[in-house]
Amino acid sequence: MDAIATFAVVLDSAIRLSVPLLCAAMAGLWSERAGVVDIGLEGKMLMAAFASAVIAAQSGSAWAGLGAGILASVMLSLVHGFAAITWRGNQIVSGVAINMLAAGLTVILGNAWFGQGGRTPTLEGAARFGDVTLPFAQTLRTEVPELGLIYDEVISGHAAPAYLALLAVVLTAVVLKRTRFGLRLRAVGENPAAVDTAGISVAGLRYGAVIICGVLCGLGGTYLAVSQSAGFLPHMTAGKGFIALAAVIFANWRPWPALWACLLFGGLDAVAIRLQGVALPGIGQVPVQAIQALPYLMTVILLAGFIGKSTPPKAAGLPYVKER
Amino acid sequence: MSAAPIELPRWADTALVPLVSVAAALAVSGLVVIGIGESPLEATALLLRGALGSAEGIGFTLYYTTNFIFTGLAVAVAFHAGLFNIGGEGQATIAGIFAALACLWLAPLPGLLLVPLAVLAAAAGGALYGFIPGWLQATRGSHVVITTIMFNFLAATLTVYLLVEVIGKPGSMQPETPEFAAHAVLTPMHKLLAPLGITLPATPLNSAFLLALAALVAVWALIFRSRLGYAIRTVGANPRAAAYAGISPARITMVAMAISGALAGGLAVNEVMGVQHRLLLDFTAGYGFVGIAVALMGRGHPVGVALAALLFGVLYQGGAELSFDKPAITRDMVVVIGGVIILFAGALDGLFRRAVAVLLRPGRAA
Repeated sequence: MDAIATFAVVLDSAIRLSVPLLCAAMAGLWSERAGVVDIGLEGKMLMAAFASAVIAAQSGSAWAGLGAGILASVMLSLVHGFAAITWRGNQIVSGVAINMLAAGLTVILGNAWFGQGGRTPTLEGAARFGDVTLPFAQTLRTEVPELGLIYDEVISGHAAPAYLALLAVVLTAVVLKRTRFGLRLRAVGENPAAVDTAGISVAGLRYGAVIICGVLCGLGGTYLAVSQSAGFLPHMTAGKGFIALAAVIFANWRPWPALWACLLFGGLDAVAIRLQGVALPGIGQVPVQAIQALPYLMTVILLAGFIGKSTPPKAAGLPYVKER
Repeated sequence: MSAAPIELPRWADTALVPLVSVAAALAVSGLVVIGIGESPLEATALLLRGALGSAEGIGFTLYYTTNFIFTGLAVAVAFHAGLFNIGGEGQATIAGIFAALACLWLAPLPGLLLVPLAVLAAAAGGALYGFIPGWLQATRGSHVVITTIMFNFLAATLTVYLLVEVIGKPGSMQPETPEFAAHAVLTPMHKLLAPLGITLPATPLNSAFLLALAALVAVWALIFRSRLGYAIRTVGANPRAAAYAGISPARITMVAMAISGALAGGLAVNEVMGVQHRLLLDFTAGYGFVGIAVALMGRGHPVGVALAALLFGVLYQGGAELSFDKPAITRDMVVVIGGVIILFAGALDGLFRRAVAVLLRPGRAA
């Protein structure tokens, strides 16, 4: 019983830690599938976290915060699109710029507006996303021995954005695979010239992908500030955008594997927190940093082709130049 | 819309376009200052006075400039080989570990031997940490950009582990190494110049500044006057043509990344050996990323890098002074300016080239 309870608690926190990764990973997947490399996921999430916390604090509504977070993130996405699609700038350079912009702006504005070292006011009540209890959680917990507990701890009791994030995975998978829009979008990431020849706007599709990317980063950032924490803290994304990027590479730019990769990376994080100061039998104390470093290390090893193989979209990172 | 490359005279290409994009970046930053309810003109005046208005201010400015010269050159050398090294932070971090280990372990040696060895250790650490992503790209096909991002995080977690568990100062609450011996650190500039009869106020500016100037000259000679530099530029311009000319792009990728990493190690020399005198967590403080802005603004040329590094030195020191007078405008303003410069001078280059073309030949270029 105890072991199962512990397992359920760790799994529950793994899911909570995966949600921002999941949003950012889906965001990166959309953008890169359309041929626009985005290392600015981190910056967009950070900006969204800030904007959502500010508006949620001012309006007292978590949903208004979500709207603001998405809006802020989409604006940054459009900057990236303007540089990368319209002006065919270097996409990596643009992503680095967005990360720096967000890191600086959020602290400056937060400091100037609230004077708390860059923090936003603490969110309470309706200004924060509360946990949603799914139907029968309590009944099942008492009635059904193990599975009921897992249902109540792990599946039920997350905030609304967490469920939206899961929905985003389903939608991403279905739209990319089964719809005309998805097919065209993937084609733009593989062979933009062919799409252009068919009379479909390459720039239009890429802007569409970049905007969807912004919406999803907005969701992830909002979850961080308005659900997981009760407000914005400077640099609160702490590399999550880059872990999400790692998850996308790990999943070979496919939605379902990306879900598993995010859950795995979130799970590693949860285990690292759990193992702090705990000595394992036979191994001794595992340095927390070793577990935290695993996603990055695994990505490097994967990219080097030592485990599996990564095949990015063919046109990723290449601006499209129409032939004259 | 803008498919045809925009032809510009050389002087406009190398000087005017970067200047216009920097001016635009500063204008955008001015808007941010207005947005938080301060006057941009007053802020600029305070900033310039803080950075250049006193000998002490200039000393601090040049100390920051030292950091930016190293990280800017690091990015620039990789650029010439067609590589984008965003791993300056990680390379400098590993260089810091190497330098700290050398300073701590080789402490019995006399300073005249110890300091150069520690500087070499820093360069070697940075070079090694730059070489690995280069090697992975050259032989295993993993892209340098992604690996260097991952390597930044790996270096950061490694430092936390080392400082907390292995080489940390016993009994200290802060993750830091014990302080280096007095003969294991670089001489501050005011002490260095005192015997020559020049009295300067005490600032963090130290002999690493001279090393940075030497690095500028060395990189210029390497890139524009040596056989290896020619090979690097050829690979950067066209790897296939380089291969036909008998230059191995794989070898050049590894060599250029190692040189780039070694230069990033200069940041550790200045900070760890010159100023902090111990290894601290996060001593790289984003200088590696600002180095990207410096290299883009300076067009990868050592003269441009020196000027851009000086500009960022002024912004950093002036920004610190400014934040005393105007607490609303924190040092993070410099990060914003850096970000906008990277966006304008790097990613939106085409937009500004067009703007300059219109400026030079009204009516025709559009």
